[in-house]
Amino acid sequence: MQVTIRLFASFRVGRFVEETRDLPPDASVADVVRALEIPAEAIGMIMLDRRHAPLEQRLHDGARLALFPLLGGG
Amino acid sequence: MDTLREVLQEADGDLLSWGVQCAAAERFGLSVAAVEEEALSLGLLPARYRRNRETISVRQQLTLFRSRVAVVGCGGLGGYVIEELARLGVGTLVAVDPDRFEEHNLNRQILSSIAALGRPKAEVAAERVRAVNPAVTLVPVTTPFAPGDGAACLDGATVVVDAVDSVPGRLALCEACARRGVPLVHGAIAGWYGQVTTEFPGDGTVAALYGVAETDRGEERRLGNPSFTPAVVASLQAAEVCKLLLGVGQPLRRRALILNLLDMSVEEIPFDG
Repeated sequence: MQVTIRLFASFRVGRFVEETRDLPPDASVADVVRALEIPAEAIGMIMLDRRHAPLEQRLHDGARLALFPLLGGG
Repeated sequence: MDTLREVLQEADGDLLSWGVQCAAAERFGLSVAAVEEEALSLGLLPARYRRNRETISVRQQLTLFRSRVAVVGCGGLGGYVIEELARLGVGTLVAVDPDRFEEHNLNRQILSSIAALGRPKAEVAAERVRAVNPAVTLVPVTTPFAPGDGAACLDGATVVVDAVDSVPGRLALCEACARRGVPLVHGAIAGWYGQVTTEFPGDGTVAALYGVAETDRGEERRLGNPSFTPAVVASLQAAEVCKLLLGVGQPLRRRALILNLLDMSVEEIPFDG
């Protein structure tokens, strides 16, 4: 299945802004995060098709996944 | 004997100079703040706001003067927010921070200085505001914000600014604002990056931004914060506060701006659900 992944802020460094990847049918958000070598604790928000999603969420063909880092500084 | 009103009405034109404002305060035994409120209610603009006037009317300036805003956190973001709201003429600012300035604050925190090292941030904020705009009252709070009794610092505020530096602190502040029915202007930074949103009670936007957060602090622990990122994000927060106080423009509600100063891009993320 095809999933379009969009990265934000620091996640883009050394990776990409947006990329469409071919993933196995049972892939989850966590699989993408692992493949991109993003530490799970660095994530603040996950959006799947413009809705909030948890890390263990299964993906579907044509999904649009967005990963936002946790920005917490004041 | 002339009344304050009569003295002010003899002002030259519709601008009130700082000298006349001080003289009137001294003559009538009033604070410069009291003179400022009377002047604004008479349609006189303190001359310091002259460059505001095409953007903010005298009536709106009076609304700002009668407003109270709580700024929680007086570090990178909070320092700039306080500076800008004081110059804008927001009448009462409550500055909340239990910390003291340390050397590693000097790279970005506008209220920090060599002389301020070791001093409470909230008290330094009060001194800064007295030096910049003595008509603004800054109430320093050097105890930490906390749910329950520790949220009393929000009393009377019509808008609250989130300039906190920890995720649990931000979420607790969000809940306290929701309970009090006041809007919260959120800002957060890390390295070249920042985010801003305005949350009205019940929106849940800030909780969503930290929806899968597993730790108290974010990318700033790894990236630190340079001088310009807090200035940019805090200025967006100050603009949001100004709009909320005046009821003008479109607030950044149910959407967040994600700023990337490395690529120089700003992306708006809508929050549909």
